[in-house]
Amino acid sequence: MLSRTASNLYWLSRYVERAECLARILDATYRLSALPQGYGSDTNEWESAIATAGSVISFGENYKEANERTVTEWLAFSPDNPASIRNCLEIARTNARSVRTALTGEMWDAINSAWHELHRYDPKRITREEFTRFLNFVMETSVRFDGTSFRTMLRNDAYWFSRLGFLVERADATARILDVKYHVLLPREAQVGGPLDYFQWASILRSVSARTSYHWVYRDSVKPWLVADLLILNRQMPRSLASCYENINRYLDDLAQFYGRQGQAQRLARATTSKLENGKMEDIFQSGLHEFITQFLIENNRVGNAIGDQYLI
Amino acid sequence: MIAGRRPEPELSSRSPSFFDEMRAPDGSVRPAYQQLAHWLDNVPKDVLDYRRKEAEFIFRRIGITFAVYGEAASTERLIPFDIIPRILNRGEWQKLSRGLEQRVKALNAYLHDAYNKREILRAGIIPEELIFGNPVFRPEMNGQAVPHNIYVMIAGIDVVRVDPDNFYVLEDNARVPSGVSYMLENREIMLRLFPELFIDHPVAPVENYADDLLATLKSTAPVTSSGEPTVVLMTPGIYNSAYYEHSFLADKLGCELVEGRDMFVKGDMLYMRTTEGPKRVDVIYRRVDDDFIDPLAFRPDTMLGVPGLMSVYQAGNVTLANAPGTGIADDKAVYSYMPDIIKFYLGEEPILKNVETYRCREPDQLKYVLENIDKLVVKEVHGSGGYGMLIGPAADKKTIENFAAKVKASPEGFIAQPTLALSTCPTFVEEGIAPRHVDLRPFVLTGRDKVRIVPGGLTRVALSKGSLVVNSSQGGGTKDTWVLDR
Repeated sequence: MLSRTASNLYWLSRYVERAECLARILDATYRLSALPQGYGSDTNEWESAIATAGSVISFGENYKEANERTVTEWLAFSPDNPASIRNCLEIARTNARSVRTALTGEMWDAINSAWHELHRYDPKRITREEFTRFLNFVMETSVRFDGTSFRTMLRNDAYWFSRLGFLVERADATARILDVKYHVLLPREAQVGGPLDYFQWASILRSVSARTSYHWVYRDSVKPWLVADLLILNRQMPRSLASCYENINRYLDDLAQFYGRQGQAQRLARATTSKLENGKMEDIFQSGLHEFITQFLIENNRVGNAIGDQYLI
Repeated sequence: MIAGRRPEPELSSRSPSFFDEMRAPDGSVRPAYQQLAHWLDNVPKDVLDYRRKEAEFIFRRIGITFAVYGEAASTERLIPFDIIPRILNRGEWQKLSRGLEQRVKALNAYLHDAYNKREILRAGIIPEELIFGNPVFRPEMNGQAVPHNIYVMIAGIDVVRVDPDNFYVLEDNARVPSGVSYMLENREIMLRLFPELFIDHPVAPVENYADDLLATLKSTAPVTSSGEPTVVLMTPGIYNSAYYEHSFLADKLGCELVEGRDMFVKGDMLYMRTTEGPKRVDVIYRRVDDDFIDPLAFRPDTMLGVPGLMSVYQAGNVTLANAPGTGIADDKAVYSYMPDIIKFYLGEEPILKNVETYRCREPDQLKYVLENIDKLVVKEVHGSGGYGMLIGPAADKKTIENFAAKVKASPEGFIAQPTLALSTCPTFVEEGIAPRHVDLRPFVLTGRDKVRIVPGGLTRVALSKGSLVVNSSQGGGTKDTWVLDR
């Protein structure tokens, strides 16, 4: 397969997944900001949405204040934000056009229809109700794209590169959500169970659409260390770091076997995977949740770069 | 039946000098169209309307679009598709396809001669400057060995009809002819929208085009290629107006769609960058013009090509389809000599006619052209796509004067032809079903083993009433073309 084709497939999936993550973050932030004072947090939810999306600096260069209008504009529609939802879907389609031959008709259809649909939303005149519809549309686009690739692609290198892009992006997004909210997950005797934190934890679950899963897995009310466990170590949870890495490992192994060669990407991914497989929540809290997540983000980034060096250029 | 569906007034006011492919001048239906005419008489207009909209929806969804140069980069337009097929009977097709094969054989023989012994110049058949004075003449190809002496593997020959018996060649396209994806998609969509019509009509299939193309390309692989030759399709990229076609064809061929930056030259071999490391390329079906394929050999400022590609070609380690320099065979100046070229190389009478052509380079013909410019079609020798031409009878005085000045300034850049009475076919337009002018571009594939032509081609139709310009860049549409196998 052409390296450029592999690269386009990898980034196509990353951008679609990124668009969905942004939509979920915005959705959760809207919910949280709609709560009466005292139930939400004392911090500015819109600021933390910007932090989760990883664009604090570029946002600061363009706006004075983080509020509903500015954050929505920046994360959803801004042409100046290279990672806005709109730009993610634009780039995804450009990538898809360049690799039409490597996509199935159904996948192209999913991306191409989404691109046509995208242009129906006018950011200047969008109402709150339409914006909710817009977020749903973005989430559905990602589900449709993912579903069509799962159902229609040959299980060969094209599929594996597409999966890898999706998983590396997803692991990154989960870790970022945890990183921004790590302080509300730390066990603090006095405030545990207070209304403020409860909605924060619920909001984290909402932003990764895991509220139902949480109750199925733990059969317990929302507790911070269990939320952290679900999103970091629980391999049943498809968004958890452990699950993402289990699969990254698997697809990298498929590639190595297919091409008959192991490389740096495989080695790095195996190291991270085994760390997550053997990890215990107590140890992670002990040595620092923030430090753990920061380290994970660095490692995930390295795996992404290694995949790039090994296959995509 | 819905009243007013067939606009009788227009039919009857139709100039009798136009040959209509469905109806004879007395209004009777020609044999090939019997069933279709009956069906058109009985199908309600809203059904046609509905299916036309459905066709447009499908085309847009699968992204069969083209970009129009000069419009904003984001503009993607659809070529209008007419749902009424054009029908040729087997006898008509057989004659046409014999003529096409003959024509393309002559083009290849001429190119080989022009870049080697130049016997045609010594025989005094064509003037020297037609080769040496031509800006698309490639000195790099002089004496260059070309795999199996095939220069034009893929040709698109534009033909028109003016009467029931004769096909005229309007233009040869021997560089990078496009449009074949529309031929294939049009058929696909007709099968989807009107399956019932295919039960009554034994339509010869075109779906094997991609297989034929692949077989043709593989047959021309360089002798140095080992085992199964690797074929790629080279595109200028997603901003090219025909990008959709490039990706469509690569998909059907099952080959990589490469850009210049995906390939590199090492030790007189051409490689592409793959996820498994470098892989040798044997045959390039290139949809990039000569100028842009190699910045070291041709235009140095291009980013689309592969530096050193021509050196690999010269070493005989890669096949370019079509070969560089084929432009000297298909411009409008050499066109006027085609009947002589066919006779010279093949010793045969041309099966397909040439449109009478006045060469402005010759003083007495220039004089005639300038005196009769309001009755003629004047074309730039190197123009294409309907740009840079004057249709005398349809132009106003000022346009004619300006164009005449241009012709006087550089007469060798122009040729002129009488306005042709292009045939018409029934077409579904605003006011109902009405005759519109059409042409046809069949695609001729020349391999080492044989010449392959799928029955049919791309029919282009001028959608405005009375218009003779069928180019998509000028608002033309397309039709499915049926060759009946009976």
